[in-house]
Amino acid sequence: MKHLISMRDLSADKILKLLALAESLEKDPTQIDLSRRVMAAVFYEASTRTRMSFESAMKRLGGEVIAMVGTSGTSVEKGETLADTTKVMARYSDIIVIRHPLEGAARYVSEQVGVPVVNAGDGANQHPTQSLLDLYTIQKAQGSLEGLKLALVGDLKYGRTVHSLAYALAPFKPEFYFVSPKSLRMPAHILSNLTRMGIPFQEKTTLDKIIPEVDIMYVTRIQRERFPDREEYEKVKNAYIITAELLTKAKDNMKVMHPLPRVNEITTDVDTTKYAYYFDQAENGVYMRQAILSTLLGEA
Amino acid sequence: MKVLKVDAIRNGTVIDHIPAGRVQKVLAILKPRETDVVMMGMNFPSKAMKKKDIIKIEGRELTQNEVNGIALMAPDAKVSIIRDFKVTQKSVVQIPDVIQGLVSCPNPKCISNSEPMTTRFNLLDASGSELTCHFCERVFSAHEMDHI
Repeated sequence: MKHLISMRDLSADKILKLLALAESLEKDPTQIDLSRRVMAAVFYEASTRTRMSFESAMKRLGGEVIAMVGTSGTSVEKGETLADTTKVMARYSDIIVIRHPLEGAARYVSEQVGVPVVNAGDGANQHPTQSLLDLYTIQKAQGSLEGLKLALVGDLKYGRTVHSLAYALAPFKPEFYFVSPKSLRMPAHILSNLTRMGIPFQEKTTLDKIIPEVDIMYVTRIQRERFPDREEYEKVKNAYIITAELLTKAKDNMKVMHPLPRVNEITTDVDTTKYAYYFDQAENGVYMRQAILSTLLGEA
Repeated sequence: MKVLKVDAIRNGTVIDHIPAGRVQKVLAILKPRETDVVMMGMNFPSKAMKKKDIIKIEGRELTQNEVNGIALMAPDAKVSIIRDFKVTQKSVVQIPDVIQGLVSCPNPKCISNSEPMTTRFNLLDASGSELTCHFCERVFSAHEMDHI
């Protein structure tokens, strides 16, 4: 594996290897030493969580981090191309982690520079490190990725995370419930791809009846700006709020995940229940990113 | 007596069986030079296609890349090389597995529309009806594509 650009490039075998390494690094981070290695975080748009998670991952393995955060005051504002900017960054570092608002930017950069490139989000396209940390979290929570029942809840139309997750889980024979308002349904092309892959799914507009069924509930935020009129938003905004009371019907092993930040879609009384797993999920991001950085730097 | 609706050419290329309405897109792929004599026919009656478009270019034989582009816009087109008024070579176009630098990505948010770079599309099925952008990974129908 030279770069990590898209989940589509990863076989089930490669995914399982990364999961195993993340697990091993969580238990013993001293087994890999990235000292004197430099990671360039090239973030064309703001990101707190992803960038800090990568920085934490690199630093905890003894590596160093240099960063460009936003384009303000940089050569990008002077009109420098993406290729030129990243070619220079590649001379300063051993690995580039890039976030860019345009789709395909990370793939393009990986073909321009001589160091490994990690896609930390390219517009609405891919965010493979999020998908991998989600898989790691699900595996940790349930002991295996095989044959799980998952509810993906909230904004399934625009949510890049849930699209990637649906595909990332496909090799492990999942069963999905897609729970969303009608206007934010899972896109038709994803549904038809899942059908082609033989993945069973059901679309739902309400949550109640499926709560006792599922092993994982993956919740995403419904954003007001996604609705053309406010009235429609007001109608659905509270339909997918997860409360501790709602979860009393859940299976013992069920876990609630969320890519964060949350606003009100999971009430804070859920945080202290055995179902809450979103902060563990955020922490798992560090272990998974350690596994990715180590693998791409040839140290794993 | 057979009446030619478009003048015959001495040397050059005839592209026949272009789906009606696509002639402009095919012409855009060919980018005629100022010196090229081009004849363009639209909505000719056709037994197989009901209606078809046709292009004749005097004094020019097409490159493989140009033929690839035609295949994308007109998958059933037939390209004939004419030498001294005679058809010396007739071939059915075939879309290649990879199309580079010929058409732009219809996704405005694709990096290939903002960086000075070569576009690249991969064929998804043998019929050539669907392509995926190598960069943004979106899937497009061949008829959505536009020349660069």
